[in-house]
Amino acid sequence: MSRGVGRGTIAAPYRQSAPPVNPRPELLRRLLRAKDRMDAAPDQDWPIPRLAELSAVSPAYFARAFRQAFGLPPHRYLLTRRIERAAALLRDTDAPVIDIALQTGWRSIGTFGRIFRDITGESPGQCRLRGRKALHARGAMPECVVRAVERPDLKSAVLEKRRRAGATKVAAPTEEAP
Amino acid sequence: MSEGIEVVGIYVRDQDEALAFYVDRLGFRVQADVRNGDYRWLTVQHPQQPTLQLGLFRPGPPVHDAATAEALHGLVAKGAMPPLVLQVKDCRAAYQALSAKGVEFIQEPISRYGQVDAGFRDPSGNGWKMIERQRKETA
Repeated sequence: MSRGVGRGTIAAPYRQSAPPVNPRPELLRRLLRAKDRMDAAPDQDWPIPRLAELSAVSPAYFARAFRQAFGLPPHRYLLTRRIERAAALLRDTDAPVIDIALQTGWRSIGTFGRIFRDITGESPGQCRLRGRKALHARGAMPECVVRAVERPDLKSAVLEKRRRAGATKVAAPTEEAP
Repeated sequence: MSEGIEVVGIYVRDQDEALAFYVDRLGFRVQADVRNGDYRWLTVQHPQQPTLQLGLFRPGPPVHDAATAEALHGLVAKGAMPPLVLQVKDCRAAYQALSAKGVEFIQEPISRYGQVDAGFRDPSGNGWKMIERQRKETA
């Protein structure tokens, strides 16, 4: 490997992970508190000012710092938690999809279904079927770990994705497609 | 004497603060508190589990350079360290008792899959699950 190439591949991610404002541990701990609160009640509304107050920073600063600390904006993080919880309920209960949607913080079943598909690549009904089939295979892994493992990996905004998908008729498969 | 795990350590941001938390709030006991210059070897243990020590270690010299220590502090503070599990006889009672002592719970007790579990963090950001396992009916 040439020196130039090596330096380039190392330098690029390093620059990304070391922005000018690198949250200090004390701030990270307070950001974690806001994240914990979303984890505890993802069905609630979490406007940025409410989260920022928990972290004792300004709303504008919070959004930026949260993204730096956890790799995605607070609202996207909240969506992953809601979908994760909905997927668990689909798998573990017989509750109607509409009930699960309302219970996990969505105001309409249409929005729920659309974002669920955008994020997971399958419909709530498909998720329910697949989850039940896989139920036997999991064994002794603690439930909290199972849910974390199955948490959707939301790397790009739902709206971004939808825009990309809609922009071209050529079916460019999203990264989430199996 | 049997063989087994003797010490497992976690990183904390401040050893005095961690000591106060694990001893005064969780009810652990100090097992070792030894200083050597700036270095402090600090372990606690659960009163009912004298064979296992939980090390409360602060990232820093002489073990870590400044940048590594800062990175470790950051990881702990954003909750990225592995989960810890505390087994209790009565999760809801323990939740009440620890909440009253000011422990920061991140999940209230939930009954599911034959157990009751709750979650809390230590001041540094280390996450604990507190689990009450349901007694299996003896066959």
